[in-house]
Amino acid sequence: MTLTAETFDFVATLVRQRSAIQLERGKEYLVESRLAPLARSAGAADVDAYVRGMRADITKHDIVVEALTTNETSWFRDLNPFTALRSTVIPDLQGKGRHQLRIWSAACSTGQEAYSIAMIIADNFPSVRANIVATDLAEQVLAKGRSGRYTQLEINRGLPAPMLVKHFERQGPTFEISSALRSQVVFRKHNLLDNPPAGGPFDIVFLRNVLIYFDVATKRDVLRRIRNSLAPGGYLFLGAAETTIGVDETWERLQLGASSVYRPREGKAT
Amino acid sequence: MKALVIDDSRVMRRIVSNILVEVGFETIEAENGRVALDQLESHGDVSLCCIDWNMPVMTGFEFVVETRKHPEWRNVTLMMITTEGEQDQIVRALAAGAHEYVIKPFTPEVIVDKLQFLGLVDVKESV
Repeated sequence: MTLTAETFDFVATLVRQRSAIQLERGKEYLVESRLAPLARSAGAADVDAYVRGMRADITKHDIVVEALTTNETSWFRDLNPFTALRSTVIPDLQGKGRHQLRIWSAACSTGQEAYSIAMIIADNFPSVRANIVATDLAEQVLAKGRSGRYTQLEINRGLPAPMLVKHFERQGPTFEISSALRSQVVFRKHNLLDNPPAGGPFDIVFLRNVLIYFDVATKRDVLRRIRNSLAPGGYLFLGAAETTIGVDETWERLQLGASSVYRPREGKAT
Repeated sequence: MKALVIDDSRVMRRIVSNILVEVGFETIEAENGRVALDQLESHGDVSLCCIDWNMPVMTGFEFVVETRKHPEWRNVTLMMITTEGEQDQIVRALAAGAHEYVIKPFTPEVIVDKLQFLGLVDVKESV
């Protein structure tokens, strides 16, 4: 099933006006996958029908923009990158004598990724100290991440129960992450088009499910800034649907189990 | 793979079963822990139990304790799905031998996430 050009153009214009995010042609799959649940719950036959129905209804516009711009976040999202982190990336860095790791969780939303990394290190690498910088554009999500408090629904998403009981404490209706883990993560407001945040150079950068929103020129710009923020031998994790291939050839891709990870090619740094 | 869904609410058994069928399980159901033990016995090939806590006749917690007394069921994955969300209850269930714990209410993704890291279904990455 493919969207009509009319549907796509309407949604792309709406999202650009409300959020400055550019959805170029070729991003139909993104619109389709994000709006399909809305269409289903509204009883529409498909996304085209749903969008036709909501165009004139301004009250629905916010929901559509939100569906396209909100990064869904869960603990250990997609799992494979965290498996690669535990089984290969951290052991490799440790083998190179790095016992104090600087890690950047970019576009961190409410902090689940940053804290998931902290839990992997705490549970598997007791001799490694982690300094994690978690950044996002929105002050609201940063404040939530900083608080370390999550609702039951948020806790249910992807957090293994043994980790829940080990690292969280129930405080009334919410679960609060331990102060030991909270102290390893610093939340900062940051725009990916600015210079990298303080706290680098980084051994590991997580930039997942962000590049999909940008045009090629912006992707290149962001990747160049990330490359300059990496420590020698550092690693970059992208989202499963993202790659540097065809965008910026100064990166090499390594396949680690079911996950890909990227490193700057030797001698090509700019 | 076969899953046993244990809940005294028929509606809840249906909801959980539908999620499991969607990701490739064949499901059987039981309305309390006692019936579930009989089911485990008669179906030798159950690989997952989804277990409510509060049920008449035999609770889900008692079921977990009983199941763990049987070495032949050592490979059965036990996942609590319950409204009981107090920390000490989660700790108790895990200590008794449950592998996972889902607090109601939940969405289908919650169950699928858990089955993924338990290795019972393949990891599908999100866009």
